[in-house]
Amino acid sequence: MEETKKMICISCPQGCSLDVKVDGSIILKVDGASCKQGADYAEHEITDPRRMIASTVRVKNGFHPLVPVYTKMPIPKNMIIDVLTELRKVELTAPVELGTIVIKNVFGTGIDVITSRDMPTQ
Amino acid sequence: MLLKNVYDVVVIGSGPGGLAAAVAAKKEGAEDVLIIERDVELGGILLQCIHNGFGVEIFKEDLPGPSYAQRFIKDVFSLGVEILLDTMVLDITPQRKIYASNKRLGFVEIEARSIVLAMGCREKTRAQIRIPGTRPAGVFTAGTAQRWVNVEGYMPGKQVVILGSGDIGMIMARRLTFEGVKVERVLEVMPYLTGLTRNYVQCLLDFDIPLQLRHTVKRILGNDRVEAVEAVQVDEKWNPVPGSEEIIPCDTLLLSVGLIPENELSRKAGVKLDPVTGGPFVDDNFQTSVPGIFAAGNVVHVYDLVDWVTEAAFQAGKCAAKHAIIIRRKESNYVPLIAGDNVRYIVPQMLDKRNLEEHEIRLQMRVAQPIEQPVWVEVHDKENLVARKGERYVRPGEMVTVNLKQKNFTDVEKAENLTISIIPR
Repeated sequence: MEETKKMICISCPQGCSLDVKVDGSIILKVDGASCKQGADYAEHEITDPRRMIASTVRVKNGFHPLVPVYTKMPIPKNMIIDVLTELRKVELTAPVELGTIVIKNVFGTGIDVITSRDMPTQ
Repeated sequence: MLLKNVYDVVVIGSGPGGLAAAVAAKKEGAEDVLIIERDVELGGILLQCIHNGFGVEIFKEDLPGPSYAQRFIKDVFSLGVEILLDTMVLDITPQRKIYASNKRLGFVEIEARSIVLAMGCREKTRAQIRIPGTRPAGVFTAGTAQRWVNVEGYMPGKQVVILGSGDIGMIMARRLTFEGVKVERVLEVMPYLTGLTRNYVQCLLDFDIPLQLRHTVKRILGNDRVEAVEAVQVDEKWNPVPGSEEIIPCDTLLLSVGLIPENELSRKAGVKLDPVTGGPFVDDNFQTSVPGIFAAGNVVHVYDLVDWVTEAAFQAGKCAAKHAIIIRRKESNYVPLIAGDNVRYIVPQMLDKRNLEEHEIRLQMRVAQPIEQPVWVEVHDKENLVARKGERYVRPGEMVTVNLKQKNFTDVEKAENLTISIIPR
């Protein structure tokens, strides 16, 4: 059945309003995007919606008690809560460098969760 | 680090604006660049903005705030920018003197050939939007909550209402949800979203957090701790709509109701402020109304993207360096004149040696003691006699002069300073 879904592209701060004409999960047409990322976003959003996530993990003996972490690539939306729960179990020990892998290949997605800054010792 | 008395460029603040200004100043050829930061580490508010979305324009990469900051921090260190952390700037004068204090050095006085103001902005608080009701614990700005949750490891509460749909408010709605907090509602008094639409999608819609436009907090309830807020709809004239009141139970109210450029220091420095932006008037080089004082980033006006702050600060830092280099060059042409034996003072106190290429320069002085016999008035560059003139006698009541001539230029050019002495022949 053909229908038009409205969505807002989150690829960049511009936030284009998209009209996506679909037949089931097949995209027929994307209107309203001011660059080609819009169509890619719409495609993903309908077939496999994903998000970047950022959180923190505990760090022992660090300059701060936490170090910020993020997923290197967007992960499937339905895994967000599971990834966060997994991150709660992690504790690193300072010093930690930016880009340190906190969880490798999280839930088999092929995506690593890494630190987003150095965390020196106290 | 041994603090110098004079710097080419001093940058106040080490957020994205300050870091970029320091990097640009150094790359433009400024010799000594100093950053003064009141926090205990460089990076400013970027350090608590752990979400991604930074650097798409500057680096063509989507980075979290701390990673974006760290790239510039790395540059700052590799370029040899000097850094004073945990240091509060107390005052800046229009003559570009900076007064600051910290635990280690106490009170310090630093002179700058150029200053870049990069103090950023701060959040509006409950006092500035005048929310009636009791004054319990649990009312915070969204940025304060962000610092607690992302840097210091504290939770602001368990059940939250957010007033204002600014970006930090929406981002905190998601962040708190991630940490198990129930975010009841985001209220926005305007008829439209005040932050970016993409944050509405990925922070509110994704987690079914309701947003109510044209709604505000009428009253805060609770004694020791927030127990609820009373929300109300407003009409086109901002008046509460009777009958639309709703009590929302919560233990925390976060405010994301706007940012104000932080300009107390600018004001002290005599910098003219724009009543609309709340920041300094600047020209296209980001120079303020006070020559040699530049300003960049959220201290000038509130940006929506950090990349644009960086861009503006590159320009400010570059122009600050250019200004400093011109002043330094001028300073290096100056030769101080020192009163030597039996000379009380000399006017002028210093001379611009380039002028000697074009015309002679007359030095005027008075003696300390009379000498009633023939004397030499001598101009020395250390041991080297540059010029001398005879007088039959000298008396304090009668001014003495000696002329430096164009032929003295080669000697004067080499001199760091000149000493004038009056001695018996």
